[in-house]
Amino acid sequence: MKTFAELSFPGRLIAVEGLDGSGKSTQIYLLKRWLELQGLKVFFSEWNSSDLVKSATSKGKKRELLTPTTFCLIHATDFADRYERQLVPLLRAGYIVLCDRYIFTAFARDTVRGCPPKWVRGIYNFAALPDLTFFFKADLEVSLHRILDGRPELKYFEAGMDLRLSSDPYESFRIFQGRILEQYLSMSTEFSFLVIDANQRVEAQQSLVRQLVLARIELSKFVLPK
Amino acid sequence: MRTTPLAKTQRSPAATPRHITSRRVLVPKPTPKRFYGHGIPGVDLDQLTGKLVVIEGADGSGRSTQIARLVEWLEGCGHATVQVGLKRSTLVSEELEQAKQGNILSHITLSLFYATDFADQLENIILPALKAGFMVLADRYIYTLMVRDLVRGMDEAWLKNVYGTALVPDAVFYLTVSPEQLVQRNFQKNHTLDYWESGMDVGLSRDMFDCFLQYQALVEKHFRRLQSTYGFTIVNGERSVEDISAELQEKIEEVLVGN
Repeated sequence: MKTFAELSFPGRLIAVEGLDGSGKSTQIYLLKRWLELQGLKVFFSEWNSSDLVKSATSKGKKRELLTPTTFCLIHATDFADRYERQLVPLLRAGYIVLCDRYIFTAFARDTVRGCPPKWVRGIYNFAALPDLTFFFKADLEVSLHRILDGRPELKYFEAGMDLRLSSDPYESFRIFQGRILEQYLSMSTEFSFLVIDANQRVEAQQSLVRQLVLARIELSKFVLPK
Repeated sequence: MRTTPLAKTQRSPAATPRHITSRRVLVPKPTPKRFYGHGIPGVDLDQLTGKLVVIEGADGSGRSTQIARLVEWLEGCGHATVQVGLKRSTLVSEELEQAKQGNILSHITLSLFYATDFADQLENIILPALKAGFMVLADRYIYTLMVRDLVRGMDEAWLKNVYGTALVPDAVFYLTVSPEQLVQRNFQKNHTLDYWESGMDVGLSRDMFDCFLQYQALVEKHFRRLQSTYGFTIVNGERSVEDISAELQEKIEEVLVGN
């Protein structure tokens, strides 16, 4: 697997990964603002957001129709739709594409759900690797607190209830997130994650993110045409 | 999804008399089952006592006619049947239909959408039915899906990995009808050629008629190539309905006795 730069795309893809509550969405939003305000060509894409596939995914989730296999395949479908119709054309046009979650989210979740890792990776092997992948590593308890302190309504699949880890959604969520964290950590070296300590203040993290982006991407190449 | 009701109330007027008069119902001999790849996690293959029979072929090759006749015959013989086909899953069939109408999906996306539809039916209809000892008749299976993608230049190794979820059927029949015959049959039925069955998205020709002929020839070429890997039985679909039925019945009888 190669990165977009290695495949000679003019654009660059930056992905953020991490547990729910790790603060990654805040960080990628601030990164986006910074790039936009410099007048650069930036596009932001979220996991699980293709319009077409969304109706099937939400039906599957609402009615709890999904098994580990179909959960994996339907998310891969969603990703492929965004990848082929949005990400690739924009990267061909020289955009900096920011992705809130990328294929590593699928690798982690589907593996925890019991799908064979080789199968899952094979499905996603049409996708190039990000040029930069930030992994926001917060202590499990910190992420859990950020999500659970408000006692939110946890959704069935979000809490990993389909894995029958516990009949209590909060307990199930804790175990599920712990297993996902293990998966992320085991991928960290293989995919050269840039690990950011997400227990730090928002500003400290963002400062690090911006420095790393500056050091690794020649931003002047991505100026919006006048 | 369309499944046939349980066989108990259905009589079978068209079935061959010798089967109706026979009171003894043959209990099919279980044979070992396997998946093409890793399959579906947590499935005990030894519990799948039913049989999976697949009919492949282009639109107009007589698949549905033959399946209807097989259902009549099998039920007449005392076997419970279930029918499955592509694009019939609860999970994604509507969305898939929508997407095809608008022709808005790229290849990998459409391919994965079909794979989702297939996996949903496999887990929710095919495997439970086989576990309950039913004869499952599949109107097309992963081979059509793979061939369609191969014609569109997709990677065979990728497809094989995706469909590593699939169960190996007990029998696969591929009904062959020449593209020229298919055109005639399609016109008799609809007076029009289907956009996808003509492979218009592949762009072999701007003329739909030419495109249909070229596309169907390509599909057949790929099917014949896959035949060596997957070993399906090629059935000449240009004979009479009865002759084809007789051949299928004979071969399925062998499956039932465990040959």
